[in-house]
Amino acid sequence: MIAKRVFMYLFLGVAAFVSIFPFLWMVVSSTNPSVEVTKGRLLPGTHLFENLLNLVQQIDIVRALANSLAIALVTTGLALLVGSLAGYGFEIYRSRAKDVVFNILLLSMMIPFAALMVPLYRMFAWLSVKAPVIGIDTKAAVILPTIATAFLIFFFRQNTKMFERELIEAGRIDGLGELGIFLRIYVPTMRTTYAAAAIITFMSSWNNYMWPLIVLQSDAKKTIPLLISNLGSSYSPDYGMIMTAIVIATLPTALVFFLMQKHFVAGMLGSVK
Amino acid sequence: MSIQMRTRITGWCFVAAAVALICLFYFYPMVQAFNLSLKSGVGTNLHDVGFENYRRLFIDTNFITAVTNTFVYLIVQVPVMILLALILSVMLNDDKLRLKGLFRTAIFLPCVTSLVAYSVIFKYMFATDGIVNLFLLNLNLIAEPIGWITDSFWAKVTIIMAITWRWTGYNMIFYLSALQNIDREIYEAATIDGASAIRKFTKITVPLLKPIILFTSITSTIGTLQLFDEVMNITRGGPGNATMTISQYIYNLSFRYTPDFGYAATVSYAIVVLIVFFSILQFKAAGDRR
Repeated sequence: MIAKRVFMYLFLGVAAFVSIFPFLWMVVSSTNPSVEVTKGRLLPGTHLFENLLNLVQQIDIVRALANSLAIALVTTGLALLVGSLAGYGFEIYRSRAKDVVFNILLLSMMIPFAALMVPLYRMFAWLSVKAPVIGIDTKAAVILPTIATAFLIFFFRQNTKMFERELIEAGRIDGLGELGIFLRIYVPTMRTTYAAAAIITFMSSWNNYMWPLIVLQSDAKKTIPLLISNLGSSYSPDYGMIMTAIVIATLPTALVFFLMQKHFVAGMLGSVK
Repeated sequence: MSIQMRTRITGWCFVAAAVALICLFYFYPMVQAFNLSLKSGVGTNLHDVGFENYRRLFIDTNFITAVTNTFVYLIVQVPVMILLALILSVMLNDDKLRLKGLFRTAIFLPCVTSLVAYSVIFKYMFATDGIVNLFLLNLNLIAEPIGWITDSFWAKVTIIMAITWRWTGYNMIFYLSALQNIDREIYEAATIDGASAIRKFTKITVPLLKPIILFTSITSTIGTLQLFDEVMNITRGGPGNATMTISQYIYNLSFRYTPDFGYAATVSYAIVVLIVFFSILQFKAAGDRR
């Protein structure tokens, strides 16, 4: 019995250590000069400020952060609006025809992005000629294909099942229009659902790599993952500086996770309810 | 206009934007990709070739390598990760376990990193002169540094370890929440009957968690079939093509080599077929074992 206990703590301890070690190494390395990182130093140093300075001076990380933030915020806002309108519509105004459409939309979850990238690239290349503001190398081109996802529609629909329909009737009696009921009653009551959906969407936009890699071309437009990826493939890397960049890139998502752990997990599990 | 008619129209208005966007950015491109897959040529200079591209798949050694690599990841990584996640979740579900929150948070933590960020960290950790080799050398576990990134066998191992690190905690959370719904009395009864921990695991836990195991294995399979960010940033597909995945091959065909959009679209249909095939297979397998 005791042997079993010991084994359990050992197993979990090793798993926890392996899970945390890369984080520790990243944080420690961001405070050390490159030479020390290569030597395998595992103690915090005093080089954090120099690393930060190098990062701001040599690489325009501020601009990349601004690009990523702008894209993630706009994507999240629009995705929540479109997704919740649809989830609400499919559930509240349920009909046989809408259920068929809903099931067809769900099929889009099976389509891998790799299968879409060539035709999407050609679509936006064509738009570059017709309407350059939403063509290749614009933020709009990064955002547009990621606004509507079957996952979010499904997520909102599932949660709408718990929304009390009496509230809708009450709204109608009070003389609210259908859109008014959605905006004034549904949105405020479903705050936690919106919070979970916002976390998922913000994180996936903040971390998105493949589509921005294809569609963004000029350095000034680069997002954080593209910048990190570029730094990571440099021939004579400044490890301390790169680790500082990765810490900065991870900070927003780690913060969201620690501040809103409940919503975070709720959002994840929401997909299987 | 009748009230029913009006509500029906209002309903369609609510879903219209989402339906339009998904058709425009998912279904329309899929149709376009199929049309493209029947064409060949450089850049925008395309001509019809019928099903020639599909025939080319079977003799294209790069494609066969990419499919083989993806299958190696799939067959080794998905079962290992799911088993590991199951074991961890059962341990964390133990009532008498102390420091539960700490263990759970630590093991889940990798999920907050972006794929690119953790890939770059793994690339440095597993460099030939990196910290992992340094560690193993100091412990005298190895005599020579291992070519984690540069050797074609070890590079695959590194990719598999990286994905397992990133996603085990994610799957574990699903199992944990499902385990919390299982009645404790079942386990107590089994303990009284003298069932061992392993027997309880295989005879109670796994059967009861079957739906969620199926769900996670399908999402993991779909994820692995689309693997891109990690391979791009850890090994760049190398050494040679030893770690290249199908997604990366499509990317290379379209944006790194002389662009051949027609053939790239053909390869992309191969992924779609594989995803559909594996999803059906897993559904069937889960159904038969009932």
